[in-house]
This record gives sequence, C-alpha cells and structure tokens, in this order.
Amino acid sequence: MSIGLLSLILLALATAGYLVARTRAVASAGGDARRLHSLPAFHGRLTAMSVLVPAAVILILWLIFEGFAIRGAALSQLKPSDVPDGSTMDLIMSDVGRIADGLNQLEARGTELAPLLASPDALAAALKDVGVAQGGAPTPDTILAAQASREALRTSRIGLSIVTLAAAVAGLVLVLRRITPEFRARNATEALSMWLLIGASLIAVGTTLGIVLSLLSETLHFFRLYDFRDFFFNLTWNPKFTGGSDLGIWPLIWGTIYVSAIALAVAVPIGLFSAVYLAEYASKRTRAYVKPLIEILAGIPTIVYGLFALVTVGPLLRDWISIPMGIGNSSSSVMTAGLVMGIMVIPFVSSLSDDIINAVPQSLRDGSLGLGATPSETIRQVVLPAALPGIVGAILLAASRAIGETMIVVLGAGAAAQLSLNPFEAMTTVTVKIVSQLTGDTEFNSPETLVAFALGLTLFTLTLCLNIVALIIVRKYREQYE
Amino acid sequence: MSVIEMKLEREVAAETIKIQARKVQVHYGTNHALKDVDVDILSKNVTAFIGPSGCGKSTFLRCLNRMNDTVASAKVSGSILLDGADIYDPRVDPVQLRAKVGMVFQKPNPFPKSIYDNVAYGPKIHGLTRSKAELDEVVESCLRKAALWNEVKDRLQSPGTGLSGGQQQRLCIARAIATSPEVLLMDEPCSALDPIATAQVEELIDELRSQFSVVIVTHSMQQAARVSQRTAFFHLGHLVEYGETGTIFTNPKDPRTESYITGRIG
Repeated sequence: MSIGLLSLILLALATAGYLVARTRAVASAGGDARRLHSLPAFHGRLTAMSVLVPAAVILILWLIFEGFAIRGAALSQLKPSDVPDGSTMDLIMSDVGRIADGLNQLEARGTELAPLLASPDALAAALKDVGVAQGGAPTPDTILAAQASREALRTSRIGLSIVTLAAAVAGLVLVLRRITPEFRARNATEALSMWLLIGASLIAVGTTLGIVLSLLSETLHFFRLYDFRDFFFNLTWNPKFTGGSDLGIWPLIWGTIYVSAIALAVAVPIGLFSAVYLAEYASKRTRAYVKPLIEILAGIPTIVYGLFALVTVGPLLRDWISIPMGIGNSSSSVMTAGLVMGIMVIPFVSSLSDDIINAVPQSLRDGSLGLGATPSETIRQVVLPAALPGIVGAILLAASRAIGETMIVVLGAGAAAQLSLNPFEAMTTVTVKIVSQLTGDTEFNSPETLVAFALGLTLFTLTLCLNIVALIIVRKYREQYE
Repeated sequence: MSVIEMKLEREVAAETIKIQARKVQVHYGTNHALKDVDVDILSKNVTAFIGPSGCGKSTFLRCLNRMNDTVASAKVSGSILLDGADIYDPRVDPVQLRAKVGMVFQKPNPFPKSIYDNVAYGPKIHGLTRSKAELDEVVESCLRKAALWNEVKDRLQSPGTGLSGGQQQRLCIARAIATSPEVLLMDEPCSALDPIATAQVEELIDELRSQFSVVIVTHSMQQAARVSQRTAFFHLGHLVEYGETGTIFTNPKDPRTESYITGRIG
C-alpha cells in the first residue's frame, strides 16, 4: 500500500470517527445534547485525533527508521571482497540502490525479471534501456543485495500499513467504546492538544540540537586531520587544495567582528533615533507611511545590497576617501560592506524598537511631563530605560543578521582574509569562507573542506555568546527596574 | 461640630486667588468636553472637583498645567490665569509651567528607577540643587512629607515599582512635591488604593495644604467632604456649582448638585 493511499485511508477513518462519535454521543444522552458533559463535537474531535495522531506518529517514525533496516538487509548480502580497489562500500551501496531502482522500473513495465536476475550482463543491458545510470556493472552479489533491499522495502511497507491501520482502528474503537454522557471528551481533547503543542516545540528544539551535533561531529573529524592549535592560534588563512594549508581562524573572525561592528555603528544610532521619532514625535499619519517605508529595507534581497556596495558605495569610498587620503586603493573594503550592511539592518533596530517604545505605558510619560520634563528628557530618562530590554533584543537581532551576512561581504569587502585595522582594506568574514571552502567539486574528507564545519561551529558559538551576554544585560537591568 | 463651626475653621485659610479660570472651553475633536467654566482656586486651600464620569472634571484639571497639550486633538480656549498671568500665553513655556503646577495621577506611575531617583528626578532636571548632599536632603524631606520616609529609608536604592500600591502613590506625591510646585493637581489619587492607604494619602493632602494649593478630582463625595475646603460640581461639561465645601454638601443651591450628592444622578 503506498503512503499516499495509506494517508487517505487514515483521513477517511478520522472523518468517519468524527461523525460516528458525534452521533453516538448524542444517542448516548438519549438525543438530548444538553445532558452530555462535553458537546458532541468534542467527542468527534477527540475520536478523530485519536485516530490520526498515533497513526501519524508511527508513520513518520517508521519512514525515518525504515532506511536503516533496508540498508542493513542489502549490506548483509555483500562481502568485503565485493569492494574493488579504489572504491568504497558507499559507492557499491549507491550502485545497489540504482539497480534496485531499475528493477522496480522494469517490473512496472511488465518485464520478466527472473532471466535478468540470473545474468548480470542482460540486466546491465536492460537497465540501460530504461535509462538507469550505473557506476559499475552489476555483479551477482550486488544483484542479490538489490533484491534483498527491494524485498526489505516491500516487507516494511506491508508492516507499516498493518501497524498504522491497527493503531488507527484501535484509537477509534477505544474512544468510541468510552462514549457516555459523563465522558469528559472536552478535557481529553484539551490534554491531547497540549501534547501536540509540546511535540511541535520539541521538533524545533530537536532540530537545533541536530544541527549542533552534526556540526560538532564534522568539526571533530576536522580536528583529527588538522591540529586545533593551528586553527585557533595561527594568524594566517591560506587554504591550498594541494595540501599544506594555513587555516588560522583569526583573520576571518576579525573580519566578521570588524564588518559587523561598522554595520552596528551605522544601524544602531540611525535605527534607534528613527524609532524614537516615529514612536514619540511623529503624527499617526506620518508613522503610518514612514514605518512601512523603512521596513522595505528589510525586504530587499541581500544580493541587491551587494550590488549596491559593489557598483556604488565601493567606488565612491575609493575615489573620494581612500585614494585621496592615501589609505587604500581597493573598492572592496570593510567600510563598504559595513556601511551597506548597516543600512540593511536599520529596520531590525528601528521597527522593533518602535514597537517596544510604543509599549511603554503612557502613564510614565505623563508622570514625567507632569513634573515639567521636556519630551526629550522624558525619552532619555524614563522611556528608553523602560524599553531597554526590548531594545537590546532588537540590537542583538541586528547583530546576528550582520554576523551571518554573506552576500554583501562577498561583493563589498572582497574575499581576501587578512588581519588589518585599516577599514579601507579588503577583508573577509567567516561566512564567506564557509561558502568558498564548500564551493566546487570536492569531497568532505580534506581539512580544506572540513574546516567549513569548524568555522560554522565557531560562528554559532560566537552568536551564542552574544545572546548570553545580552541576556545577562537584560536580566541585570530587570532586577534593578522591575 | 456644627456647620457654622466647620465654616469658621475652613475660613482660617488665606483667601487669595491662585488660579483664575474664565470661560474655559475644551474640545476633543468634535466633542465639546468643557463649556464655559469659571473657577477661582484659592491658595493654601484644597479644592475638590466632583461629578459623574465624563463630566469634564479631569479635563479641566489637565487644563491647569497644560497636560492637554500632549493630546493632539484637544483644543482649549478661554483664559486661565496663574497669579494673574495667562498660562496659555504663547510666551509661556508649558514645561516651566508644569514645574510650578505639579500633578499626581490616578494610577501610581513610578518611573522604572530607584526610589531615590524617582524623587530626585524633578530636582535634577530643573537643577534645583547644587550638591549631592542638598539633593539627599530634598529627597529625604519630600519622602518625609509624603509619610513614606520611615518605610523606605533603608532601601532608597531599590526600585520604586517594587513598592505596594499605596506606597507607590505616596512616592508619586513625594516626586511631585520635590520640584516645589505652587499648585498640586491630583487626578483621583486614591482610586487605586485600599482604605488604609487612602486614609494616609488624605491625611497627607491635609498637611500639604499648608504649603501648596491642592486641587483634587475625586469620585468619592466623602473624600471631597473630608479633605477639601472648596468643592466644584461638574455635570455634562458644565460647572454647575462651586463654593465652600460645607455649603455644597449641606445646602446646595442647584437641584442637580443635590441630586448628585444624595445619589440620585451620577
């Protein structure tokens, strides 16, 4: 039974369960719905949920773990001698996968499979006919493995259908049998809904954990090939794909911090001041027009900002500032990328801060104005301190955006990794180097490519530290003021 | 105590006019909220504004220190003289005016700062003190006047928002008197307080009378009778009756006033 058909059957069962449970509930109360503890719809909803939720969970988990079982079945047919020199078990396994695929297609066309299975050459020809690409020619062992994996898949799907449908029917029967006028379907629905919500948040948390773990395992792999002392203490970044690279992280970290700092130096004052204007001084009408206009900045794709940096800001800074002052002659510079990135993150600061400033109670403003403070004194001494936790959050969001930004840096600051204080020199950031290390047709087994994961983990740690620092600031502030 | 004795006691206060309002009108957009109000507020007296909700008493109170300026749709006309000078004169800076005419609001609204900084806020922005020691003194004396000193003297640096409702309101009063205003406007200062805190604030208002003119808006007629020397009754945007508190409550001239204080309208 295909997954699609199975899902349809589950939905049909749930719908039927909903309708039957409603009718049953009303009937159990002698036709008077007011005698029921829960409205008939709650009985229906609970039944539908008991049919769908366990079955869906089983379905998803089964599909996730099915792959391992099938791979195991195929592997059991292969011997170490099946792996020729210069190949790996992974390559053989992908051959097996392709053969299994091809066999499925041949079967679907109604081709007699038995003679093909007996003769690897005939199978190779037949596979070619259906357009299945092959790495190596089929061997008796790989054919066996392919058959085994097909068999395992077939068994697995039959098992899946039986188990899922059994769970669905069990859910249906269990709830239907419990329907009485006193049955608290309403409370049970509530509890089940809570578990659904918990499940949803667990998926989010689990994904984060998964990302960190996968980064971590690849990073450990990298440190087995490349000394971590060189990574953390070497001040040169010079990867060579022929080997013998210098992979010191500092030039990249410095570039990231430098560009982000310039971006924040642009975005925080401009964003915060415009937020104060919008929230405290602008009329409702002005605000209604200006706020969306600022927010448009957040909607511009970063590649467009990158182009703006490349063709406008970069040459402008070079011709009017860096060349006349004799401090650089490249249009790619930290300053270019920082300025443009700063403009990009203005709305993150301004829009959020504006909402937060607006949320400060009017009574605080009245209190301050009523004491004879001017509007700007009120903002500085009462409104902004009250809004500080939220403003820190807004700035943090902007900082995370700036640290993670890639396109603007590629086009605006260049790709030269170097440690320099001069903001008019080309530099580059961690994200750019992650991209450039992973671009191209390379395998993940040399330090030059695996370093990308170490860089990613470093970046993740950096933003995490930033978050923690901000959290501490906010908490300290809250202790004092709330 | 007979009515005559009460009247005698009330007249001890000096009868000089602090604020003179003539033909004051307020519009909020198309809503005519206040119509032709004439009131003389005496110095060193407590004046109570009573009346049903929406009668314009808070609106009028907010005219006296131009807090209505912060409401974009509000339009005020007529004349309000503070010590003979028109407060709506274009040459008058509303910010300076509000330092002279302080205000305490219905809901306690301490700033998200320490108790000390809450009280020091006004003196700091107006530069009223020259040294830290002098500021400490002002803070202490204001907290003493607001009957809060003994409760907070050991925790002046803890946040003002951590106090109880009644303490917060007394903190707001301390904050208002720290700018040494000449008039103190109170907009239902006890409506969010329990009876004990209310009694403390009322006692405080009576003490404040020796230094300031106090104008209080209240929904409680008992409170008006307890704390004020003069009472104004507002109804539907009109000032119906204004006079000596004892007279208003015992012998009102206008039938509407009588209906209100006996509980038939409102």
